[in-house]
Amino acid sequence: MLTYLGPTPMPSDDKRWKIVEATARRHGREPHALIETLHTVQECFGYLDDTALKFVALTLRLPMSRVYGAATFYHFFTLKPKGKHTCVICTGTACYIKGAPALLNAIEKAYGVKPGETTSDNELSVLTARCLGSCGLAPAVVFDGAVLGKIGAANLLARVEKGIRHDH
Amino acid sequence: MTIEELRKAAETEREAQKKYVHHVCVCTAAGCLSSGADQVLEAIKKEVAESGMKHEVLAKGVGCMGLCSAGPLVSVETEDRLYAGVTPEQAPEIIRSLDAGGGEGLTECPTNVPFFERQKKIVLENCGRIDPERIEDYIANDGYRALVTVIAEKTPQEVVQEVIRSGLRGRGGAGYPTGLKWSTVAKTGEQQKYVICNADEGDPGAFMDRAVLESDPHRVLEGMAIAAYAVGAQKGYIYVRAEYPLAVKNLKIAIRQAERMGLLGNSICGSRFSFHIDIRLGAGAFVCGEETALIASIEGKRGSPRPRPPYPAESGLFDCPTLINNVETFSNVAPIIRRGAAWFAAIGTEKSKGTKVFALAGRIKNTGLIEVPMGITLREIVHEVGGGIPDGKRFKAVQTGGPSGGCIPEQHMDSPLDYESLKLIGSMMGSGGMIVMDETSCMVDVAKYFMEFCKSESCGKCIPCRAGTQQMHGLLEKITAGEGTAADLTLLQELCDLVRNTSLCGLGQSAPTPVITTMQYFPEEYQSHIDGQGCAAGVCACGPKHADPEEVRK
Repeated sequence: MLTYLGPTPMPSDDKRWKIVEATARRHGREPHALIETLHTVQECFGYLDDTALKFVALTLRLPMSRVYGAATFYHFFTLKPKGKHTCVICTGTACYIKGAPALLNAIEKAYGVKPGETTSDNELSVLTARCLGSCGLAPAVVFDGAVLGKIGAANLLARVEKGIRHDH
Repeated sequence: MTIEELRKAAETEREAQKKYVHHVCVCTAAGCLSSGADQVLEAIKKEVAESGMKHEVLAKGVGCMGLCSAGPLVSVETEDRLYAGVTPEQAPEIIRSLDAGGGEGLTECPTNVPFFERQKKIVLENCGRIDPERIEDYIANDGYRALVTVIAEKTPQEVVQEVIRSGLRGRGGAGYPTGLKWSTVAKTGEQQKYVICNADEGDPGAFMDRAVLESDPHRVLEGMAIAAYAVGAQKGYIYVRAEYPLAVKNLKIAIRQAERMGLLGNSICGSRFSFHIDIRLGAGAFVCGEETALIASIEGKRGSPRPRPPYPAESGLFDCPTLINNVETFSNVAPIIRRGAAWFAAIGTEKSKGTKVFALAGRIKNTGLIEVPMGITLREIVHEVGGGIPDGKRFKAVQTGGPSGGCIPEQHMDSPLDYESLKLIGSMMGSGGMIVMDETSCMVDVAKYFMEFCKSESCGKCIPCRAGTQQMHGLLEKITAGEGTAADLTLLQELCDLVRNTSLCGLGQSAPTPVITTMQYFPEEYQSHIDGQGCAAGVCACGPKHADPEEVRK
């Protein structure tokens, strides 16, 4: 029988841990709060690192294996930090038949990164989406949160280049 | 809230809206939003305020109007005009033209075309007409009348009977009779029961559920509450994709508003019936659309399906009897109660009643959301509602049902759209994604695309699906690279058979469908890939290559 040993100590003074803790508390620290809590971590920190996974496991009194299992099972969770800019290319059916592969090729040629990878200078992360649901705008890309619809490879490269150069 | 109070609230809102001479609606659902609809709405509101027409013109953000490819869309409801591709700069012109009838420089969409006229709207009746963020707007359009009437006047058994009589079938794809499911859950004697709304719309190319959740969230809540009353549940969950932030936001607003008005929560309408709804976010796993995997995910576990029986209706969420229905199924409930089962049963075909919402996309002129009566033919959808294939290209196939469905060729275009007929030609209704392909698509490549999807979305629990999809994908890779042999085709066929018959859940059982249908209807394409004649569409690695990928895109 598990006894409750009081709140789990926060990994650091970072206030964001309190938000994570609040989500767990709202669901009564029950095992079924796992995915909701992981969502909160990702929303606050951008990704799930070992410290976060351990903290979630302790807070919800779950084995590490279960937490790691869920974190790696679901595509939405990422264990690595993203680059400064993110380019999400939709590979849904409508986008696929309207030229998403050409966009992926163009990005790979220009930046040398495949989907799921980040450039070595940490500037650009390239991701694919199963379907953005913007099939009317196929092929669609989300660059830094903005949806670019009906876009061709040349336009996409120009847009990405502009976004990256903007910082320098 | 009593029926009388609800009627009064609806009356008040209708009166308030009638005071305005013009209603200008801007589509702010995800499709139009990504082409800048929020700025258009902002500009129109500003223009209304500045031109001193605040008391004559009502500018509001509404849900999806259907014609997503022409966004951002603005409709002047009182004049029955629809403008496409509106920019913020055009706002003054729209306001100026209100009394003049048609403005300069605006692209007007004719509304008397088949795209609008061939549709029959039940689920989407409020989409593009009401403000999803205001419960009052929904109530003014007969919202929550069904729920309040049911609680005041009907027994749970009568509600179940009504749904059975309507002939409504599950809109998630398999088409299980909804009334039968409800009565199974209602009959179990357990105390604790759950109602789950499956909004984990994972099929690529499908966005019907998102449009409903974004445009008319109260309709789903009302349907769930009626279901909960009928089966005796106290708690409900909506499992929605985390990739749909706007749908989640609108749902949250809607739940709060309904609770405040006493239409959800404890003792609804002063009765002994209580019902709470919570939202659970999915995390990007396609398999979670399968009901047992979805339940596991709500329980905080990995989304692995489990063998059935026991079915969720007997032992589901937290081992309690659970009713799971799709967004569109719940959306049909309120109209059925309001207008009667006989009205609903009169629409559609003998075995498939009502309408179906489809997301029309791919190589077609009118991309967007449509709702058509069951029994309409594919030809009517593609060539009349959809407006045909653009750029003078030739139609090749239409893919229904996402990765679980098949590719339907020209010769079956005249078969009616209902659950049985689609099954007969090897495909399935699915959730309603419909992708049109023309001669620039290679069917072997399409099969490979779907197999790649199933391979990476397989949860890994059962071997036929985990290893089978991997092997089939490998064979398709080999064929598209031009290295396939006749033996590979035979092996592929055997694998299809094996995976279909021995997988644990719907994902694996239906994963071979795209391969089976393309092999059946387009054998010559497979043949030309292994004969060394290459890929006729020029998509695959084996060539004849197109000069540059840009051209394929066009």
